[in-house]
Amino acid sequence: MRLTKKDLLGIKDLSVDEINLILETAESFIEVSTREIKKVPTLRGKTVINLFMEPSTRTRTSFEIAGKRLSADTINISASTSSVVKGETLIDTARNLEAMNPDVIVLRHSASGAPHLLARLVKQSIINAGDGAHEHPTQALLDMMTIKARKGRIAGLKVAIVGDIAHSRVARSNIYGLTRMGAQVAVAGPATMLPRAIEQMGVTVHYRIEDAVRGADIIMMLRIQMERENQNVFPSLREYAKYFCLNRKNIRLAKDDVLVMHPGPINRGVEIAPDIADGPASVILEQVTNGVAVRMALLYLLSGGRS
Amino acid sequence: MNAKKVVMDADGIDRSLTRIAYEILEKNRGVEDMVLVGIQTGGVFLAERLKKKISRIEGMDIPMGVLDITLYRDDLRTSNKKPRLGKTDIPFSLDNKKVMLIDDVLFTGRTIRAAMDALIDFGRPKLIQLAVLIDRGHRELPIRADFVGKNLPSSLWEAVTVSLKEKSGRDEVIIEEST
Repeated sequence: MRLTKKDLLGIKDLSVDEINLILETAESFIEVSTREIKKVPTLRGKTVINLFMEPSTRTRTSFEIAGKRLSADTINISASTSSVVKGETLIDTARNLEAMNPDVIVLRHSASGAPHLLARLVKQSIINAGDGAHEHPTQALLDMMTIKARKGRIAGLKVAIVGDIAHSRVARSNIYGLTRMGAQVAVAGPATMLPRAIEQMGVTVHYRIEDAVRGADIIMMLRIQMERENQNVFPSLREYAKYFCLNRKNIRLAKDDVLVMHPGPINRGVEIAPDIADGPASVILEQVTNGVAVRMALLYLLSGGRS
Repeated sequence: MNAKKVVMDADGIDRSLTRIAYEILEKNRGVEDMVLVGIQTGGVFLAERLKKKISRIEGMDIPMGVLDITLYRDDLRTSNKKPRLGKTDIPFSLDNKKVMLIDDVLFTGRTIRAAMDALIDFGRPKLIQLAVLIDRGHRELPIRADFVGKNLPSSLWEAVTVSLKEKSGRDEVIIEEST
């Protein structure tokens, strides 16, 4: 089994075997980050460009650390410091970067499908670090890795995903991945945040958090995108928190050994109560640690050596 | 013609390992500051067996680690097949330790070069010694083993396979024409 793809654009394109290969490779990479010298020479001489056209700390830092621990040269470009502010199009930016011969381009973009466009255009491997409301494959992979590490399996688990499903690329990638790996996924949120026909993705739909988390092995809370407060998706943050915040009370409906996950950044007291985010069921920081390993695995599996 | 020859059976392997255990102790005058590191995957099983033998003779336990050398290979850039990554687990410091590196077959020496680079990333050992079950020759690097179970002259067209109980259910070393 090996990854024969040039790019990682979404979980939708990955088979069960490919997901397992990535997760197993990532598990082996955990050890490198625990060493005193956190570096291996594997990608010496390779160049990884992190092209981030949307704000991000976690994902960008994680990709940068992953590249550096593999001895690749990593370069970060963010929209505000790039020629985008001078009006350059994404395609022109990409062609110029291509002319400098990097090996991998990691792209975060607010437009769904932007990485797919680049993948067709340039010969480098493209890794999707989040495109619009479409996919965020590395987040779903690190989530699956965290679940597998804690529960020993993914198949047969009940997973509740709660929040703004409609605007969440994290939810979409996780739904593709988790259902493919055999988990049962329930989604919940206000009706305005649930896309029409979401059941076609193989999930059950609920309008109350209680119904989704009942009997759950895993609860994934999504970030409420504050910037949408004035888009009439919900009346107020306070009202949202009243009905959809994961708290001490509604978490009791889940299994005793439930894991609480969140892709970050968290809004304390909005989608998750502080004592739950910091509580014993929370694996939020483990997700971050595993994120570096997953990204190392992808850089290793995708970069170079294709002759 | 695909001639297959068993060059070492279970007893032969066991006797070789017993001898290597005594040789290691003789040369190092005991096991003080010694740690064993087995190279994935065959070397790991041999390291476990040597650990048992040495611990039994000396009456004390010696630490053992597991090393996967994939990330240090020199052919990652040229080969289009990404080797599957195994686990590395060295749960102790290597600073000032006598590291006994253990592998099943010594061939070109490239695996051992990668292993030494990896070990040095874990600390500064006092010394590194190498123990192998089979030395089949054809070195491409200036590397030699300190302890050898059996020297097996072979041609480049032959394949040497070490089967171990832990993995394939039986202990034997086979040499055959490779196809």
